[in-house]
Amino acid sequence: MQAQEIYEKLKAEFGDAIIEFNAEPFFDPFVLVTTDKLFDICLYLRDTQGLEFDYLSCLGGMDYKENLGVVYHLYSIKLKHTFVIKVTVSKENPFVPTVERIWRTADWHEREAYDMMGIQFEGHHNLIRILCPYDWENFPLRKDYVQPDEYHGMKVPY
Amino acid sequence: MGETKKVEFEYSQIDSERMRLNVGPQHPSTHGVLRLEVELDGEIVTEVIPHIGYLHRCFEKHCEKMTYPQVIPYIDRMDYICAMNNEWPYVMGIEKLMGIEVPEKVEYIRVIFAELNRIANHQIAIATFGLDAGAFTPFLYLFRDREFILSIFEKASGGRLLYNYYWVGGLAADVHKEFKEDVLSIVKQVRETNKEIADLLLYNKIFIERVANVGILPADVAISYGCSGPVARGSGLAFDLRKDAPYSIYDRFDFDVVTGHGEVGTVGDCFDRNIVRFHEMEQSCRIIEQAIEQMPMDGDVREKLPKKIRPPKGEIYTKAENPKGELGFYIVSNGTDKPERIKSRGTSFVNLSVLPEISKGYLFADLIMILGSVDIVLGEVDR
Repeated sequence: MQAQEIYEKLKAEFGDAIIEFNAEPFFDPFVLVTTDKLFDICLYLRDTQGLEFDYLSCLGGMDYKENLGVVYHLYSIKLKHTFVIKVTVSKENPFVPTVERIWRTADWHEREAYDMMGIQFEGHHNLIRILCPYDWENFPLRKDYVQPDEYHGMKVPY
Repeated sequence: MGETKKVEFEYSQIDSERMRLNVGPQHPSTHGVLRLEVELDGEIVTEVIPHIGYLHRCFEKHCEKMTYPQVIPYIDRMDYICAMNNEWPYVMGIEKLMGIEVPEKVEYIRVIFAELNRIANHQIAIATFGLDAGAFTPFLYLFRDREFILSIFEKASGGRLLYNYYWVGGLAADVHKEFKEDVLSIVKQVRETNKEIADLLLYNKIFIERVANVGILPADVAISYGCSGPVARGSGLAFDLRKDAPYSIYDRFDFDVVTGHGEVGTVGDCFDRNIVRFHEMEQSCRIIEQAIEQMPMDGDVREKLPKKIRPPKGEIYTKAENPKGELGFYIVSNGTDKPERIKSRGTSFVNLSVLPEISKGYLFADLIMILGSVDIVLGEVDR
């Protein structure tokens, strides 16, 4: 199914929760959705016949300078089509509902997004750092990240 | 004397103390620096918690500070077993953004090298899997053969393991004159050795007893956990991006998607994941033979290399079928010569996340086999 049709289906189902549809050239077509309806939209995309996005290819945290975002790349193994969902959240209040109950693979992806970007996934069963040490401070992939001078007495920059 | 007291109990009612055991980070069977926190009830594994990040090198952060071509050597170091395959989705993504049509010859060389690298990766996977089970001889056979493949790569790119060979718009250098003959002799050698490996290791009764019905991964769990590559195909799922979302020129070749079907045990056990890799080597040989036949020897592999790599503002998610599964790059371009963000979807990272799910309830010794059958490279898990 083409992205345009999927968007129309979503728009009919969720209305105002779908903020924007972008199909500009050089972009994989994506929809921007609100965080409070994200879980329902994901569940709808997975369980509706004709969509069946049963495979979460990639989940990535983003830093758009003024706010943060999460990008979901979906794929359907049966129907072989792809779709992209985005949400944005403010830096002061970076709360996004978890989708790990929809796709189990989101567990580690969300931990990575939390580790790198500091996005808080509400309802995640074990939201701890995954790549950095557990007691690392701040979130390295943010654009305004400043490297610490020391970690447990070890010099960090060299 | 007081009366004797008879204590009645069932064995199942005795709850022995659970033991927590650390496997790794330095351990020969974890295939790198992976730490597994294992909870054991006697010898039965009740919980596995992987602790990763020991090799974290801030790949994604580095990318934001480098120009597009400078990122390619870093990508080599993600999955250093199959670096050719790693570079491919990345350069493919930028070519798509910039609208570059790659010359025919380049496409063929890319396919041949990717498939050769796939064979090399599966050779290592089967060899180390055998080694985990205590079979040392096949390891030597397969590593000997892998060296022939690496020598071809060395002739083309100058590196044995880390190539920096797939460039945006073309290749770093042309192949040598006797390329076709050399590749065909490797294919012949691979097939010969595979026959021996089948007898020596894979269909050996001792080995089958060890790996059949161990670490069963059902197909729906594999999908939910995002597994791809031989891990997903071992569960009977015909999921191969070369067929499902054909990129480059894969639609020109005739090959089969190998899936596990519970040959000696249950579908999705360690044996199936491993035998899928084994049969995929044969399919790769078929692709290579067809590609060698169709490939033009004249043409310049560097003719389409752009002077300046400056993709337009935009974003793209590119993926390719790596030996280990789907490797994806989410490339966000801001119109300058440096990427705004690159998010890599490490295949091993995702495949490893299924380990706690499939190793519960098996013996501790089986955990090592299950980990070996998932075939991870820690360079890609930690990035």
